[in-house]
Amino acid sequence: MSLHEQTLAVWQGKVRMRVLSKGSGPSLVFFHGSWGLEWDPFLDELARDFTVYAPEHPGTTAEAPDDVYHLDGLWDLVLCYDELLQALALSSAVLLGHSFGGMVACELAAAYPGRVRRLVLVDPLGFWRDADPIANWMVLEPAQARARVFRDPDGPAARRMYGGAEDPKTAAAARVRLMWAMGATGKFIWPIPDKGLKKRIHRVQAPTLVVWGKEDRLVPPVYADEFARRLPGARVETVSDAGHAPHLEQPDTVARLVRDFART
Amino acid sequence: MKISAFHLMPHRELPPDFEQRYESVWVTPPWWELADPSRVGQYYNWTLDELIHAARAGFDGVCTNEHHQNAYGFMPSPNLMGSVLARATNGTNVAVVQMGATLPTSNPPIRVAEEYAMLDCISGGRLVAGLPLGSPMDVNLCYGITPMEHRERYREAFALTLKAWQAREIFAWNGRYFQLPTVNLWPRPVQQPHPPVWVPGSGSISTFDFAVEHDVCYCFLSYSGARSAKTMMDAYWDVVGRKGRETNPYRAGFLQLVVVGDDDADAEAKYGRHVEYFYHKCLHVPAPYFAPPGNQDYRSLVATLNNPVRRPENPKELRYRDFVDKGYVIAGSAATVRERLKEEVVKGLHVGNLMVLLQIGSMPHELTLENIDRFARDVLPDLRPVWDDDGWVNHWWPERLRGGAPVPAMAVGAGRA
Repeated sequence: MSLHEQTLAVWQGKVRMRVLSKGSGPSLVFFHGSWGLEWDPFLDELARDFTVYAPEHPGTTAEAPDDVYHLDGLWDLVLCYDELLQALALSSAVLLGHSFGGMVACELAAAYPGRVRRLVLVDPLGFWRDADPIANWMVLEPAQARARVFRDPDGPAARRMYGGAEDPKTAAAARVRLMWAMGATGKFIWPIPDKGLKKRIHRVQAPTLVVWGKEDRLVPPVYADEFARRLPGARVETVSDAGHAPHLEQPDTVARLVRDFART
Repeated sequence: MKISAFHLMPHRELPPDFEQRYESVWVTPPWWELADPSRVGQYYNWTLDELIHAARAGFDGVCTNEHHQNAYGFMPSPNLMGSVLARATNGTNVAVVQMGATLPTSNPPIRVAEEYAMLDCISGGRLVAGLPLGSPMDVNLCYGITPMEHRERYREAFALTLKAWQAREIFAWNGRYFQLPTVNLWPRPVQQPHPPVWVPGSGSISTFDFAVEHDVCYCFLSYSGARSAKTMMDAYWDVVGRKGRETNPYRAGFLQLVVVGDDDADAEAKYGRHVEYFYHKCLHVPAPYFAPPGNQDYRSLVATLNNPVRRPENPKELRYRDFVDKGYVIAGSAATVRERLKEEVVKGLHVGNLMVLLQIGSMPHELTLENIDRFARDVLPDLRPVWDDDGWVNHWWPERLRGGAPVPAMAVGAGRA
């Protein structure tokens, strides 16, 4: 089964979004985090049971970095994703989002409750607790950022995201990609990743699974309570030996949780 | 040429181990551990006294600027300082150069247009209106403006400011970031159609384009001296030429750190530790603070990451003599300073509006006054006529002050009492 790639233009044709897809079975849409989209072992694993669609967030598609300037705020972004789901002819799907993408998935589920069959949030952003502030990962030194995002800052998952010892040209390209992905997603959450989800989350109707890396040093696991409290019936699963990106550090475990929850 | 005294209003008494103990001089330095309001009141008054002293000593202009949450230079409102300076220099030919109030952090931004108009009224038309973009630390980190919107907000605010000063009719501003139903500025500036506009920058290509397109004076505020600014300023003059503007040196401003002594050894003895304090402590900022993702547009990001402009050296590893040798600071006898300023900065970068930083880091008040006096007496008169024979007009200076040397209102030193 090969990876399919298409670029769809929404928002009066001004916002081009590349969508990777693979697999067969029920539709599942994956919303990536602040660091950009990479087709990884986790998505591969999911593609065994689902038709996985992974859109690139506006601005993070390589040929269309400036398209993000056509969106002014979260309202525009949510409408933009609505258009994308329509263009993909997905009237109902499992929505799965990581970090920033988790917040987006949750906003979509609140805006269009009828469209979401199951909702899976992996270490999502969306709330703010004064007692547990979320460090601004966008202005951390690379080494500090890695240590915040990953349980093992030197592990393979961290190396894939932050780059290893490639030649300078490849490293520069990876750095551009990472910086721009943080900028384009940051546009919707700067300077504090709480954009009012608490006022809207009650509209979510889909059964929800909240997955959290036990050693998340960016968005501490206590934030899982914030979601559980507002989504009665939501199931919370914590994943050992994982930080803010459990689907990257423990892909099999998280894929199994998603499969068991969303296939039914 | 026009020569102005610039001031940052730094904390002058940071602990010796400041840069080891704290992560940053900007955004996060803990006030309660590092500062005392009464003492800071003294700093503000010294700053004002030093600038007023410079005005009386013969400088063409006095400059203040805006920064937030830091010990490097903390005038959150440069217009409060500018207001005192405007009043204190009435009756002189000294320009009040606001370098200045930051548009993206002022909401609505016509607040800057109003305050500048007030300053122009109070000073009788002696305002230079600096309209800075603001640093990422100030705008994105302290004031919470989204990095990707920083430049767009600035450009919109800039257009609104210029229109608010000049419009004959009341107008509605229906912008992307600002909506104002009835813009009708009170007061309007004395200078018509508006005060001269300077746009400070730190070498970003998009700011060059912006400055040239809007026909303003581009000011490179650099702390690494003329040698490392050469490539940047050459690129600026390239843009000026390409866009068909005349290469009038007054289209460029440059900030240079300067200390004047009897000779090299005297300058080192007097100023050495203050220069090191400035570079080691006042610029102690984590690199990512300067470049939050999205602040640079995509084109500039690609350019920066693919050919980092000559990896800058780490100033923390340099000592006083390095700073002098490399031109970060121009130091020595008046003759040396005159020569280096003329060759490296004025001629080398083709600059007509020179700003000099004479109070540096921990430099105490009395020594600052001495540096100001030495510069005003032994350096400034020699520099002023540098461009006179070339026939350029300084369109970026208040019209009524464009003539010859300013007439000091009082004798040099009158501010000391």
